[in-house]
Amino acid sequence: MNEKFLPLLATIAVFVAIFVIGGLLYNNFMSTQVLGDILADNAFIITAAFGTTFVILSGGIDLSIGSMIGFVGVVIANLDLAGWHPLLAAALMLGFGFLFGALQGLIIDICDIQPFIVTLAGLFLLRGACFMINLDSVPIQNGFVGWFSGLGIPLPGGGVLRSSAIVMLLALAGGIVIAHFTRFGANVYAIGGDRTSATLMGVPVRRTTVGIYALGGFYSALGGVIYAFYTSSGYPLAGSGAELTAIASVVLGGTMLTGGVGMVAGTLFGGMILGLIATIIIFNGTLNGAWIMIVSGVLLFVFIVLQRSLVGSLRMRGAA
Amino acid sequence: MKHSSDIRPHAPAPSRLRALMAHRAVWPVLALALILAVDGMISPGFFQIRIVEGRLFGNLVDILYRAAPTALVALGMAVVIGTKGIDLSVGSIVAIVGAVITWRIHAGDPHWLVLVIALGSALLCGLWNGCLVAVLDIQPIIATLILMTSGRGIGLMINLLYGGTNPSFTSPLLQGLSVGHVGLIPTRLVLFVAIFAALWLLVRRTAFGLMLESVGSSPAAANIVGINARLIIYAAYLISAFCSGWAGVVLAADTHTSDPVSIGLNIELDAILAVVIGGGSLAGGRVYLGMTILGALVIQALTTSILTSGLPPEYNLVVKAVVVICVLLLQSANLRRALTHALYHALARTKR
Amino acid sequence: MAQDAPQGRRFESPRASFDASGPKKPGDGDEVGGTCLEQTIVTARIEMLGVSKAFPGVRALDGVDFRVEAGEVHALMGENGAGKSTLIKIMTGAVQGDAGEIRLDGQTVRIGSTGDAQALGIGTVYQEVNLVPTMSVTKNMTLLRQPKRFGLIDWREARRRARQRLERLNIASQIDVERPLGSYSVAVQQLVAIARALEDDTRVLVLDEPTASLDANETALLFGIVRDLKARGIAIVFITHFIDQVYAIADRISVLRNGRRVGSAPTSELPPLQLIPMMLGRELETTERRAASESSAIHGEPILVAEGVGRRRVMAPFDLTLRPGEVVGLSGLLGSGRTEVAKLVFGAIKRDSGKLTIAGAEVKSASPARSLHLGVAYCPEDRKAEGLFAELSVRENIILGLQTKRGWLRRLSFDAQQALAEAMIEALGIATPDADKPVGQLSGGNQQKVVLARALTSDPRILILDEPTRGIDVGAHAEIVALIRKLCAEGLALLVASSELDELVAVSDRIAVLRDRRKVGEIEERAIDRQTIIDTIAGART
Repeated sequence: MNEKFLPLLATIAVFVAIFVIGGLLYNNFMSTQVLGDILADNAFIITAAFGTTFVILSGGIDLSIGSMIGFVGVVIANLDLAGWHPLLAAALMLGFGFLFGALQGLIIDICDIQPFIVTLAGLFLLRGACFMINLDSVPIQNGFVGWFSGLGIPLPGGGVLRSSAIVMLLALAGGIVIAHFTRFGANVYAIGGDRTSATLMGVPVRRTTVGIYALGGFYSALGGVIYAFYTSSGYPLAGSGAELTAIASVVLGGTMLTGGVGMVAGTLFGGMILGLIATIIIFNGTLNGAWIMIVSGVLLFVFIVLQRSLVGSLRMRGAA
Repeated sequence: MKHSSDIRPHAPAPSRLRALMAHRAVWPVLALALILAVDGMISPGFFQIRIVEGRLFGNLVDILYRAAPTALVALGMAVVIGTKGIDLSVGSIVAIVGAVITWRIHAGDPHWLVLVIALGSALLCGLWNGCLVAVLDIQPIIATLILMTSGRGIGLMINLLYGGTNPSFTSPLLQGLSVGHVGLIPTRLVLFVAIFAALWLLVRRTAFGLMLESVGSSPAAANIVGINARLIIYAAYLISAFCSGWAGVVLAADTHTSDPVSIGLNIELDAILAVVIGGGSLAGGRVYLGMTILGALVIQALTTSILTSGLPPEYNLVVKAVVVICVLLLQSANLRRALTHALYHALARTKR
Repeated sequence: MAQDAPQGRRFESPRASFDASGPKKPGDGDEVGGTCLEQTIVTARIEMLGVSKAFPGVRALDGVDFRVEAGEVHALMGENGAGKSTLIKIMTGAVQGDAGEIRLDGQTVRIGSTGDAQALGIGTVYQEVNLVPTMSVTKNMTLLRQPKRFGLIDWREARRRARQRLERLNIASQIDVERPLGSYSVAVQQLVAIARALEDDTRVLVLDEPTASLDANETALLFGIVRDLKARGIAIVFITHFIDQVYAIADRISVLRNGRRVGSAPTSELPPLQLIPMMLGRELETTERRAASESSAIHGEPILVAEGVGRRRVMAPFDLTLRPGEVVGLSGLLGSGRTEVAKLVFGAIKRDSGKLTIAGAEVKSASPARSLHLGVAYCPEDRKAEGLFAELSVRENIILGLQTKRGWLRRLSFDAQQALAEAMIEALGIATPDADKPVGQLSGGNQQKVVLARALTSDPRILILDEPTRGIDVGAHAEIVALIRKLCAEGLALLVASSELDELVAVSDRIAVLRDRRKVGEIEERAIDRQTIIDTIAGART
């Protein structure tokens, strides 16, 4: 077995362990039904987190995800009021997400400003734009959305793979192809691993940086579309704090926050772990939402410290 | 090379205006003045200050009053940013402090002790952050993300310690510190000035500030000089946590309740913004305390003027975003160089 | 230009071009006739004629001729500022020359970018392995030129090509191409970098200090491969600071000094005794050796004793003593370990062997902070990274030495700071309009003086100066030499590391001579002169 899959295996092992714990605690927990629900409920955030994976792999960060999710939903809902077909509106917003991300990437690279600050401005801008359009939740009336969110593939054991989960899995497939089977993907890993070396080896840093944030914008817009279709509405507060959940999913998925190491597939399981924890805590009924945050924080801490020692050992060997 | 040539030749004799324009306070002060001037035009009487029930009232007082918690957090943030760090967990610390206060008051502790425990819990958070950054050597942005993620959860857990059904509290002492007034002046402003003065003394009247800036400027050179960078960084996160803790006291007492989910929401973003508007570079090396307060005032003045101008408060975020982008673009050396270059060429062309 | 070489073609017949007649350009249809010898008499593999390059304020290269034959290992030697790296950068397209011509196998070529150089068959391996440690060996080897199938990267083929490249160095069996590069030793990383730089049509390979962080075994492994490449007719430019290695591997040596080529000869005709003076040169203005009477200030017990102090891979254990009023010089070529000795004594590099005694007390765990309180001050060689706080003012930079010693609570008042800074500005002749100017805006020489001023403010008993006159004009140079003399007349003990022999001869009471990270001798006062130092470095005396 290749050692580069170790972090992914660790993430999957944690996921399975938590799933089994859930199964021991509650009857009917270990079923495809629960699994299908977790996939469907978290599809939007995991999809957005795929984009974040690229950003973090390159050593950057993107805080504008949550706002993008909210903004996309609000615009789609309003275009629905104006009589647009949801698919057309969705396509428009995917294009917008891509361009908005590209603009962020361009500012980061040309002006040499930390991604943190640039995407923070992006966060303010998009969330503010949401509020300027709407303050309340706007339902999407078009029958297509209802039909679409009802779609699903039955799973053995009574569960259903809902349409949102299917879109998420397709997005994952796309992400895997981009990350591991294109030159762009290889360049992302190179920039994240060692920016100076990558530049010296001839990697087009500016083009790649713009591409990375464009991809981040696209994926979070896709997350917004999934959320809007799943909830059949546009809500200006949708996705608040989603950027944190997305970053946590990426880290739990085995991607190093320092960049250069990680896999898109890991993010799926990272996001699923967070979803699983939330589900267990909700199953319990007496535990409250606080546990979700604390347990995610603890897991985050453990993974970061583990990564730290892993990087340390890599460097030590290199120097020895 | 002769010695005289060592002095940069192209620095022209500085006129007084030029020196003034070059001062780092110019842009934030101009921004603040501009915002206030627009307010004055939109709503006449904006600058009126009255005395109602023995205390000052008016928009200007309101700006100061509301800016105080953010400015407090921003002061701590400025210190951390001076070391080339960042503290994302300040909002969580505010939430934890609010929860601790309510918990201890429900437990029946004397209120002065509650205050001590609350600030102690904030310092504990600072210890944790400092440990991750200075000892485990984790990137600040990642290290403080951990507490940022889980801190509000910890606040909710603390709420559970006393049942959590009725998290409201009353405390003459704590509320006095927050919404009370000393003479005409709100207490929180008096206390804010006191904390600012203490911090200013620490940074500018001991050598701590200089050592802090040298650590942020060049960690390697600081090490060669013999500065214990680890200790300095630790201290910076403790200071930040203390400031956030005090902001937590003010905010929790103001709302009379412990609401870990929404108290001090996005305060870390505002604080970082205040530091950046105040001319602090995220690359570290300089701490501008007074300028940071100016930055916080600019942000609050924006919010207040949007409210008084009758615009929906939702515009606040967008305006803030535009301000951040403008400040950043102005600060970017790359962009300035490109603009200067373009200007130079345009001039050269017109001359020809 | 060799851009006409299609990307894929190089991989089609990896072995074919490595025959005895040397690699041929893919574009060449006809066979290269004759033996290697006949060919190289007529045209060199690469020839640089009259290459010049000026940077603002510096003439980096001045009409340099440089010629490397096919199948030759050619050592390019020179001290700091000699122009080696500029020459290499011009050859590899990273920098464009102002004047001059480059001929490759007799044809004049234009190398406008690193891409051009690669296309022409000029490969480079830098000192710091410039690959990405977190990526797998395969990914590193194939970055930006991954083979594709149906528009996607074909990793099976990529791995095959990576192995194939490693096979050229006969190291494919030792390396798992799927593992991250960073999990291998620096030596292996270095080999991977060479394998990456090596194409089928590589004609020139530049190795820029490839052995800087390798131990003896790893160096031997690398040399084996270099000899192998040489046998394939590749011209190899080898840059190193290790004299022994030059004589172990190079066929020919060219020496640069101050941007000019001062000599070029077969290794066998250029023994170290001739090579070293050629590299060091002689300063026009010879500084007077200080009179023995001035040295009478040296008295008493040693204030610093180092016994067997060293660190693995950094510096072999050495002994060193220093008495009050004495100046001990550290001499040696670039990379011989001067800075390492200075930092080991100061505690900026932790020693892993030996015993260090300062003022009679054994220093168990040395650190800069500990040294500061023991009265040791250090002026680093790398001013930008370790000396200056560019954002801080001249005043703050200067007073930090004293301030750190006093601790953070006892802050120097502003007036005291100003007085101290002005005194130092006056004493050292620092050219600055005022003490509040950010130090990053001063010239190099003045920055150096600021760093020196800081060390002096901490009131040291032992002062370690690492390249105190680097990047300083002649006037300031004399001032600093005069200052060193004055300081030791006042009873300060000085350890001066310098690349300039004349400077050391002028100020030293004793000189420790270093070579290849090892102390090879110590020269007593009576015997100090240029020739003795050169002899000792060359190994003619011990």
